Amino acid sequence: MRADRSRLPRIGPDPAFAFPEIVRHTLGNGLQVRTVEHTTVPVVTFVLLVDGGAAGDPRGREGLAAITADMVDEGTGGLTAIDVSDALARLGAVYDADVGADATTFMLMTLSRFAARGATLLADLVTRPALTEPDFSRVRQLRLDRLKQMKDLAPAVAERTFLRLMYGDHPYGHLAIGTADAVGATSRDEVEAFHRRTFRPRAATLVVAGAHTHAELLDIADRAFGAWPDEGGETPLPHAPIGNGARPGARIVIVPREGAAQSEMRIGHLAVARNTPSYHALLVMNAVLGGQFVSRVNMKLREEKGYTYGARTGFDWRRGIAPFYLQASVHTAATADAVRDSLAELDAIRGSRPASSEELELAKASLTRGYPRNFETAQQVARSVAQLALYGLPDTYFEEFVPTVHAVTVDEVSRVAQQYIDPARATTLVVGDHAAVSDPLGALGLGLPQVVPP
Amino acid sequence: MRYDRVVSAALPFAKRTLANGLDVIVHEDHHVPVVAVNIWYHVGSKDERPGSTGFAHLFEHLMFEGSEHHHAGYFQPLQQAGGLVNGSTNTDRTNYWEVVPTSALELALWMESDRMGYLLPAVTSERFETQRDVVLNERRQNYENRPYGMAMMALLAALFPPGHPYHWMTIGDAADLRAMRLEDVHAFFRAYYHPANASLALAGDIDSARAFALAEQYFGDLPAGERPPHVTASASLAREARTMLEDRVEMPRLYMAWHSPAMFDEGDAEMDLVGDLLGSGKTSRLYKTLVYDQRLALDVSAYQNSRELSSFFLLAVTAAPGQSLTDIATVVDSELQRLAEDGPTVAEMERAAAQVESHFLYRLQSVGGFGGKSDQLNAYNVLRGNPAYFAEDLERYRRATPDGVRDTARRVLRFDRRVLLSVVPRGQQALALSGSELVPVA
Repeated sequence: MRADRSRLPRIGPDPAFAFPEIVRHTLGNGLQVRTVEHTTVPVVTFVLLVDGGAAGDPRGREGLAAITADMVDEGTGGLTAIDVSDALARLGAVYDADVGADATTFMLMTLSRFAARGATLLADLVTRPALTEPDFSRVRQLRLDRLKQMKDLAPAVAERTFLRLMYGDHPYGHLAIGTADAVGATSRDEVEAFHRRTFRPRAATLVVAGAHTHAELLDIADRAFGAWPDEGGETPLPHAPIGNGARPGARIVIVPREGAAQSEMRIGHLAVARNTPSYHALLVMNAVLGGQFVSRVNMKLREEKGYTYGARTGFDWRRGIAPFYLQASVHTAATADAVRDSLAELDAIRGSRPASSEELELAKASLTRGYPRNFETAQQVARSVAQLALYGLPDTYFEEFVPTVHAVTVDEVSRVAQQYIDPARATTLVVGDHAAVSDPLGALGLGLPQVVPP
Repeated sequence: MRYDRVVSAALPFAKRTLANGLDVIVHEDHHVPVVAVNIWYHVGSKDERPGSTGFAHLFEHLMFEGSEHHHAGYFQPLQQAGGLVNGSTNTDRTNYWEVVPTSALELALWMESDRMGYLLPAVTSERFETQRDVVLNERRQNYENRPYGMAMMALLAALFPPGHPYHWMTIGDAADLRAMRLEDVHAFFRAYYHPANASLALAGDIDSARAFALAEQYFGDLPAGERPPHVTASASLAREARTMLEDRVEMPRLYMAWHSPAMFDEGDAEMDLVGDLLGSGKTSRLYKTLVYDQRLALDVSAYQNSRELSSFFLLAVTAAPGQSLTDIATVVDSELQRLAEDGPTVAEMERAAAQVESHFLYRLQSVGGFGGKSDQLNAYNVLRGNPAYFAEDLERYRRATPDGVRDTARRVLRFDRRVLLSVVPRGQQALALSGSELVPVA
């Protein structure tokens, strides 16, 4: 039989998808444990979510949560930093720490046969880090040097400046790595104190996914983490309210980067928290606007105009109010045109060109039909379950995702676009060649560009 | 090599070759209802010529813009079907892949076969020009506007003589890209993008018999092309070359590069292990000495860049503030000397063995995407003519001995045959190693 090239083949019915069962346990010390059986390959993944991230940095100590997480694999008990690295390598383990705004996540993947040893090592590191002065001073210096290097990296400069413009002095207003002044002022004692009050079993969730039974996974978790003492500590205070993030109007900000070949661009404003009931409608709206390759913004800026290698939009989700952003790196000469076209797209989806039913169907299909592939590996599964703990979502969340997205209507997409996308109060940030971009940006009618240092 | 054989990692498959020369490889994995469709074309920037570089990579862009029977972008139908789509180009090969729900397998095969057989009617001058602009943006974003982004260009130019297929970057020369004509693009496609120069791998929730039948249905009637000639080239260094670049960077960085055994050749796996023991993790020799103990450096990397015609071993060290590249070079050289004389320790070999065993297993977790099972099967098929090479690949590492690693390091990492590149902050040429010649890059 030969292929019929007169039309594209039809898509068959969506294959059945079931998220593997999540079993909840609470250890004697209050640690929440979630186990998931995942038998594809004899591998096990541990994800430990500690409730406390960069937003928990005290003012003037921005970067404290991140340097604490960095110190976790610098030694424990009789093991030096070098010994820890050796122990991880001997388990063939992959280890990783990630500091978000609201939580810090530690991940360790190893072979099933090393599951118990891997769990014990992770528990030793996270619950009993050595935190010695020499290690601290070395790690702090490396972070200070890294901060210096980041000045050369246009995307990093843009990220840091954008957060500051969005949140000002609010705890969300800085990158996890912090600032040079704050990191330079941080002491080892402060790291120890931060660790003591933040790393507590009652404020953490351990997810274990791997090729064992639930009972075995729980037993491995309990033997490794059951003795982690819960030494009280205070519950972290909720963040100060951010308000609705409304700014009086639009503005343009330039961070000068002399002779830059490209302009690193961010456009956005504060929008909405992750736990909003409109979450799925926002995902669909964003898929139409800029969340995937065929979205409006990328098709306009990349495929139609050739201004950029790629452009996208999204929400930088948090427990508190998250920003909406559009990002692209554009040819210097096309900067003002790219900003104008971007703002026009943000405006259009709110009213003059709302999402059509065809666009809606495309967005929903791409979000739902491809959903199962997000859960292929034990690590994907474990990280997904940790997200449930981070945002307080039900265990049925993944099963309900597809039907919930399907239920989103055109009217809801228009409503969330009008409510949460607003170019009239957006901040446009350009990290680029000031001499080349300032006049054209000033001519956009959005006021004189403000210049801020990197 | 002493090792603790922790797993029996295996990547089973079935292979058939269609009458037009297309290799089809199928691997069944029924855990998740998806299928990975992966195509390798044995064409990369090595098949280009000086003055017309950047073709293979530009193609990677054009291949998503439409084909004769679907005269529109490829992303829309595939994303609507829930597919994940991407491609990449390097010196040796170009790969394209989709990960689709089982319900959309035929769609992916239809589209891959249409652009293999019927691309050119859709490559209009308008699409060509837009994608050329996108590539020029990609070049600025990923190389020109990125710290140390031009270093690789300078290293390749110094390692490989003009005319050698690895002399230029895969992204291409900006002037070549601007000068490229549509008819050159068409000629390049006819030479390299056809069944006899391609390999199709399907991995995932599919029955092998049905997979072969579908491959025949969609690809079987595409005309066989002429298998392109195998590119050969050789390169060697006769001395130590010292070069320098000025860049928008805060800290100077030292690169050292050597020619090394080609991918899968004798000594390639050993150099891979050398890379790990010099630069991977805090226990590695250069990290421990330069970053941990002496604090001369901020970071260290060392790896064997395995390629089809000829590999190179690349080492990079970023200086800590106020530290000199000269001091760093002295420490690196003494570590290289020690390795060449004494070889690795038993502990280092055990650690490396544990890492190798586990990482071969981790590679079996995903059916699709870059480095997934479908991609590995195609790599082994295209570069070794044998999709079953997974097991032999692992054996290469298991066979490595401390003496073998030492001897290979001694043979490759010679002080009198290497390229030293200092990348220094603008206006601070004095920070480069002495005797370094400033190289222009575009």
